Amino acid sequence: MSYLYAAYIATWVIHFGYLGSLLRRYRRLKNEIEDFKVRIEEKR
Amino acid sequence: MKRVFPILAVPTAALLGYALYEALVAAPTEQTMGNVQRIFYYHVPSAWTAFILFFVNFFASIAYLIWRNTKADIVALVTAEVGVVFCSVVLVTGPIWARPVWGIWWTWDLRLTLTLVLWLIYVSYLVLRKFSSSGQTPLLAAVLAVFGALDVPLVYFSIWFFRTQHPQPVIGGGGSIDPRMLHVLLINWLAFSCFAALVCWSRYRLEILRREFDETMALEALLEPRTSHTNSSRSAG
Repeated sequence: MSYLYAAYIATWVIHFGYLGSLLRRYRRLKNEIEDFKVRIEEKR
Repeated sequence: MKRVFPILAVPTAALLGYALYEALVAAPTEQTMGNVQRIFYYHVPSAWTAFILFFVNFFASIAYLIWRNTKADIVALVTAEVGVVFCSVVLVTGPIWARPVWGIWWTWDLRLTLTLVLWLIYVSYLVLRKFSSSGQTPLLAAVLAVFGALDVPLVYFSIWFFRTQHPQPVIGGGGSIDPRMLHVLLINWLAFSCFAALVCWSRYRLEILRREFDETMALEALLEPRTSHTNSSRSAG
């Protein structure tokens, strides 16, 4: 039974790990866009 | 996008929960392997989903090579990335199943080795895309993807045409499966396919946003010296 749980947990660790990396990339991009907007506003 | 995502995510999560219940509770226990056989309900659908994603990657790469279409390039990138995730699940759950059933974690069997090679091909594809700064990167990646996709049918048919340690196919190829087990398998496949589609869609949107932002940044960088030149001319005049 422990092998079964190990396999299912490993599957979701991989999937959530990837989803976490997507979320990090999205936040980084959002911060870059915000910084860019601030720079543009400062120039004006 | 913010509204559509929860609308799609909620039924997908519900389907994944139902598929998990079916796999752990509703599916009959296999007589010889016992509960460890239930790994099959995650291992096989993940493999099928990875194969489909790599096939989409193949056709998107062909489309890019013919028409140089940016959206096809993004679809190729996204499906390769999500395909690697699902292929990783296959490579992790397989040995966890093999240890209690075969007594070993891994053997250099044809099916297992070709799956590992497939994973390595697409990891190298992603590494190429991430670290190459050449303008030809999408083109090189598309060529690599076309050759890489040749490994998919080799992996799939290796257990049909060769004697391998890996179990025989459960659908076709002379294999048989209890109808209740087949039902659970197909529900899990549907759930993982919906999940993969949702993740691909999110990744696609992210990539579109990233490229639009990079283009805006590049345009801004191009315009900047001209603006300063104009300003200096004006002040000089």
